[in-house]
Amino acid sequence: MAVVIEAQDLSKKYRIGEFRAAYGTLRESMSYAAKRLTGREHRVQDRDIWALRDVSFEVPEGQVLGVIGRNGAGKSTLLKILTRITTPTTGRVEIRGRVGSLLEVGTGFHSELTGRENIYLNGAILGMKRREIEQRFDAMVEFSGVEKFIDTPVKRYSSGMYVRLAFSVAAHLEPEILLIDEVLSVGDAEFQRRCLGRMEELSSTGRTILFVSHQLSSVAQLCDRAIQLESGIVVADGPAAEVIANYLHQTHSAGTQRVWDEDAAPGNDLVRILSLHALSHDGMPPGIVDVRRPIGVEMVFRVLRSGKPVFPKIKVLDKEGAVAFNAMDTHERWHEPAPPGEYTSTAWIPGNLLNEGTVSVEVAVCSVDFPKLEHHAAVYEALSFEVLDPGEGDSARGAFSGQWKGVVRPLLEWTVEER
Amino acid sequence: MTETKIEIAESAAPKAPLDSELTTQAERLVVIRPAPRWPHLDVPELWHYRELLGRLVSRDVVVRYKQTFFGIAWAVLVPVFTAVVYVIVFGKFANFPAGDTPYPSLVIAGVLPMQYFASALTGSSMSLAANLQLVTKVYFPRALLPLASVIVPMIDFVVGLPVLLALMWYYDTWPGGAEVLFAPLFMGLAFVTALGLGFFFSAINVRYRDVRYMIPVFLQVLPLLSGVMYDVAAIPTKWQWILAFNPMTAVISGWRWAMLDASTPNPGQTALGVAVAAALFLGGLAVFRSSEPRFADSI
Repeated sequence: MAVVIEAQDLSKKYRIGEFRAAYGTLRESMSYAAKRLTGREHRVQDRDIWALRDVSFEVPEGQVLGVIGRNGAGKSTLLKILTRITTPTTGRVEIRGRVGSLLEVGTGFHSELTGRENIYLNGAILGMKRREIEQRFDAMVEFSGVEKFIDTPVKRYSSGMYVRLAFSVAAHLEPEILLIDEVLSVGDAEFQRRCLGRMEELSSTGRTILFVSHQLSSVAQLCDRAIQLESGIVVADGPAAEVIANYLHQTHSAGTQRVWDEDAAPGNDLVRILSLHALSHDGMPPGIVDVRRPIGVEMVFRVLRSGKPVFPKIKVLDKEGAVAFNAMDTHERWHEPAPPGEYTSTAWIPGNLLNEGTVSVEVAVCSVDFPKLEHHAAVYEALSFEVLDPGEGDSARGAFSGQWKGVVRPLLEWTVEER
Repeated sequence: MTETKIEIAESAAPKAPLDSELTTQAERLVVIRPAPRWPHLDVPELWHYRELLGRLVSRDVVVRYKQTFFGIAWAVLVPVFTAVVYVIVFGKFANFPAGDTPYPSLVIAGVLPMQYFASALTGSSMSLAANLQLVTKVYFPRALLPLASVIVPMIDFVVGLPVLLALMWYYDTWPGGAEVLFAPLFMGLAFVTALGLGFFFSAINVRYRDVRYMIPVFLQVLPLLSGVMYDVAAIPTKWQWILAFNPMTAVISGWRWAMLDASTPNPGQTALGVAVAAALFLGGLAVFRSSEPRFADSI
């Protein structure tokens, strides 16, 4: 496979002082320079920030490469260099083929111009030749569904029409290489769904895609390979699932496994939690759970003395921190005070219940102290894992691949009668 | 900086059936590198982007007089109104020197290039800040923006030209001969001067919005220093040489000589104006190109 993107030792340096002065007036800069000359003010420590440091990678034709990392890890800087909006400080990149990015949707649209004029202007900005625009013009107009208003200034368009027209120009650019920054992509859910849909469509026709995202589940689902950036450095590069698992392991204070020493174990004189473990089904890397499969939350705790009836409880939260549900073990064995000893309790969260995304779990061993629950031992942000829908058509989302809202994604039983 | 090479070579093999009719196009190899130490104008790249330049120009031309009552007629009304005021105030009240040329022709032949220069300078100085969305989102040679802004007012200039032709007919002052061929060259001098200053000010304006306030002041005094309302040849020689540092003086004297058969401009003074224009162009270009890599970061 031919290499279509080849980046060698890419570095990008930003100077913090540069940001400070960026919006200053000429007078401020001049008085600052004068003060420095006369020694009345020491040079503000211009701190260099390396947004990228010696980043090298190659992308073969047709590969879908995901770029993951925390905020400020350099993902967007990398994309800005690849789209040539900014230049690297050192290093070089060779790109073979036309590059498109969904960042540019609607860039350069002028409200006074008609739809037709804007198609030509926007097309030229995106790098299309007049002949290409002419060839695709009818398809673009049809896709956008604004045929009737094509000779009306776009300032009279509804925002929906505006976005549709803008998107259809970008969608017909047909780049060989597509760069997508999900974080920056604008628009509503519907629009983002279109972007993702378009991406899958392009990748199925063998286009090379570089996909920057926070949505680890989308990366896992769409990408063959992923690289992880950390403070501007590539810290992992490999199959997407492995890199994501590795990333999850580092980023979440919680992980898929926790073990405490006996004396550091959380809890009181009644109960202490010794270890926690997220049990996912085999075949998946740790930390990634198939949306259709059950996941077990295993909790090992020690009852130190037999005082009150206690029971294990979990609370499941989505990535925004919204509570998906609470659950406790209602088995009658917990109705009486449990004898001292070590207990291993596993809560099985059924498959087809949680929605995609990062799920975190809180665990506790409680007793009822109406109207409250008394927590004898509790771990907040105890475990976390990434739920992923592989999109094989048998989850609640069916064959649809776009965004599917909700804290939960249950697979319902549907009945139908035909008359 | 980046460079764009067109490789007509090897396989532009159809990868997708989607645009099979378009796969004949050459495969592009783009090399992204750090900005070079020595700025230069990448002419082949500008040529590659010529269609975009055309689109930017036509956008500005179309938008320029949208939602105005008089529309493109403003391109005539503005110089005529200015010239009428000049003729009354400076010609009648103050009796400015006009040489052998009828005063109204002399004034309009100065006002038209000056009007062009003022629009070109204002437009190009604001061009980067006005196209912020483009600069932060899409790559194209940034020099296209000031360049387009210097081309756009040429349309107004051409539309205003019949006013001068009418006066030439009225006063029966016609070009002396082959020197009329120099007329476009003097406009070219105004173009280069405006572009050089436009490069400079647009780059500065990215960081210091002070430019917005400096330009109008500069443009208010410039007609007085360029001989728009008087014949430069009629003032003391010492002052002629001082004014000659201003390329617009050479533009206006030269334009009058070419179009109205006015007195031949001093070749030394014209050469000085050309030299200053060239220096402004190169200096402006150097400033523009060396700050270009930071436009998107600091705009």
